[in-house]
Amino acid sequence: MTTATSAGAGRIQQRVSAGKVIAWIVFIAIILVTLFPMWWVIRTAFSGSKDVFQNPSSLLPTGATIQNFQRVLGFMTPDQAIAAGGGSETFNFLVALRNSVIVTALILFGQIFFSSLAGYAFARLRFRGRETLFFIYITGLMVPGVVTLIPNFVLIHALGWLNTFQGLVAPFFLMTPFSVFFLRQFMLGIPIELEEASVLDGARPFTIFWRVILPVSQTALLTLGIVVFFQSWNNFLWPFLVGRNENVRVLTAALAIFQTQTPQGSPDWTGLMTGTALSMIPSILFLLIAGRKVVESLQFSGLK
Amino acid sequence: MGGVMRRRVGSDGLTAWLFILASLVGFAFFYIIPAIRNVIISFTHWNMLSPARPAGFANYSQMFGDSVFWNALKITFLYVIYNIPLQTVLAIFLAVMMDRFAGSIVIRGLLILPYLLPPVVVGLIWLWMLNPILGIVDVALKNIGLASMPFLGSVSQALPTIAGINIWEYMGFNAILFFAGLQGIPKSLYEAAGLDGASEWTMFWRITLPLLRPVTAFVVITTVIGSFQIFDTIAVTTTGGPVNATRVLVWYIYEQAFQQFKMGYGASMATFLFVLLGIIALVQFRVFRTGDSDLA
Repeated sequence: MTTATSAGAGRIQQRVSAGKVIAWIVFIAIILVTLFPMWWVIRTAFSGSKDVFQNPSSLLPTGATIQNFQRVLGFMTPDQAIAAGGGSETFNFLVALRNSVIVTALILFGQIFFSSLAGYAFARLRFRGRETLFFIYITGLMVPGVVTLIPNFVLIHALGWLNTFQGLVAPFFLMTPFSVFFLRQFMLGIPIELEEASVLDGARPFTIFWRVILPVSQTALLTLGIVVFFQSWNNFLWPFLVGRNENVRVLTAALAIFQTQTPQGSPDWTGLMTGTALSMIPSILFLLIAGRKVVESLQFSGLK
Repeated sequence: MGGVMRRRVGSDGLTAWLFILASLVGFAFFYIIPAIRNVIISFTHWNMLSPARPAGFANYSQMFGDSVFWNALKITFLYVIYNIPLQTVLAIFLAVMMDRFAGSIVIRGLLILPYLLPPVVVGLIWLWMLNPILGIVDVALKNIGLASMPFLGSVSQALPTIAGINIWEYMGFNAILFFAGLQGIPKSLYEAAGLDGASEWTMFWRITLPLLRPVTAFVVITTVIGSFQIFDTIAVTTTGGPVNATRVLVWYIYEQAFQQFKMGYGASMATFLFVLLGIIALVQFRVFRTGDSDLA
């Protein structure tokens, strides 16, 4: 009897194993396909701009050099850069990085602060029209970005805010419906007893908000902060429209403009990939430093 | 508990409005008013240099007679069809693998990495990898004895290629969402099914997929709506070409409004897309019966 069972189990085991092996092969292949392009960017960025044409399949940098970085970061004169195989244009990474940091920081703090104020009011304060107004905010979640694009551009243009930081951050600085919604949902779940003591002490709503609500909302604020950071950091269309001037040009817009500037017939691939590699650094660093929190935040907020 | 709170029952009136004020200003000026203004602009001829002239339905009749617009609409639908099914299947596969065998934070971090990169960066990476002659993909194809492919350079391959690039970018993130959904399915169900001799494959079809439906609905609805607005990847790879092969709706709107300065025409197409997306969202809510849950 024992033999019979184990033989049967063995057969099932084997069939399952075959399926599992295939599944594992596909799984590992997908992970490799996910990672390989990033290596390829780095490999190209460290390759000589002429060598890269001679040996396109080498897995390691060909004619390894840091010239591309010097060139793209503007540490070479235009003549030197052309001699090194690039165009005369520079990517001005540091200025674009500074601009991205300014824009993202403003949006991050503005949007989250003002949205948490609103979220608290919707969760806890009583006023006429609260439910109606909240419902209208929710409908804002469903307005696709392309619908507000033209009027928002027209407004920023009329205000004379094209190519300014205020123009870049304005549509995202005071709120997004998602941020208000997300924080309101979280704050609804905070036990009301936490506020009762303060209410008895006669504390005003803003004091309660500042001293009680914000501190216990830390995890939600961090989660939302990570989501807003990547949204803002990766945003392209809006900065591409309103912030083309080099003084305010953020990383994504700078890369796209750099690409259009390179000669059409034979683009400056090593230069372009160096700019791309530099632009990848902040996101990868973020993931390395706070990987678990990033993954969990996106996982959590994605399903809200 | 109610005692204290009941004393505040009246209303926080003014205070509450002060809390909401900033967000209300942002909401009014960058969501509600623009959404209405977009419709108003769509009834004008306006190049932003001279004052807008009333156009009646001229922009809309132009739109319905514009073969490039119809093509853009077709291309956009095709793109969604190339993109969503494969992306969803791959994401569910990855999620199941992580859930059953390899859910470590490192794996999840690696898979989510493309999603964290700006779409502009992703577009440029693939533009280089898929470059005819010099790109590694082309070189690899030749090395294994296959013919080289034009990818982004050909009318027939450009759109599927764009879809492929975006699948690469988003499948890991969607996998993470599915993974979160799988965590909510009681493990005891699998144990019971295992005792009954069910295979992994049977368990997937009988347990995983049905119970994952709410998450699947959410992911599909949001990715479909997102796919209809594809822009960034196209901006750095094909700029709508070759010919009209990747001239999707949002790209065409961008060209008309911000390169041709036909604000009214751009706005009318944006209004059309808004209505279209509303209908598509409603249909999907119906199809997925999002209200109900199978996990009773």
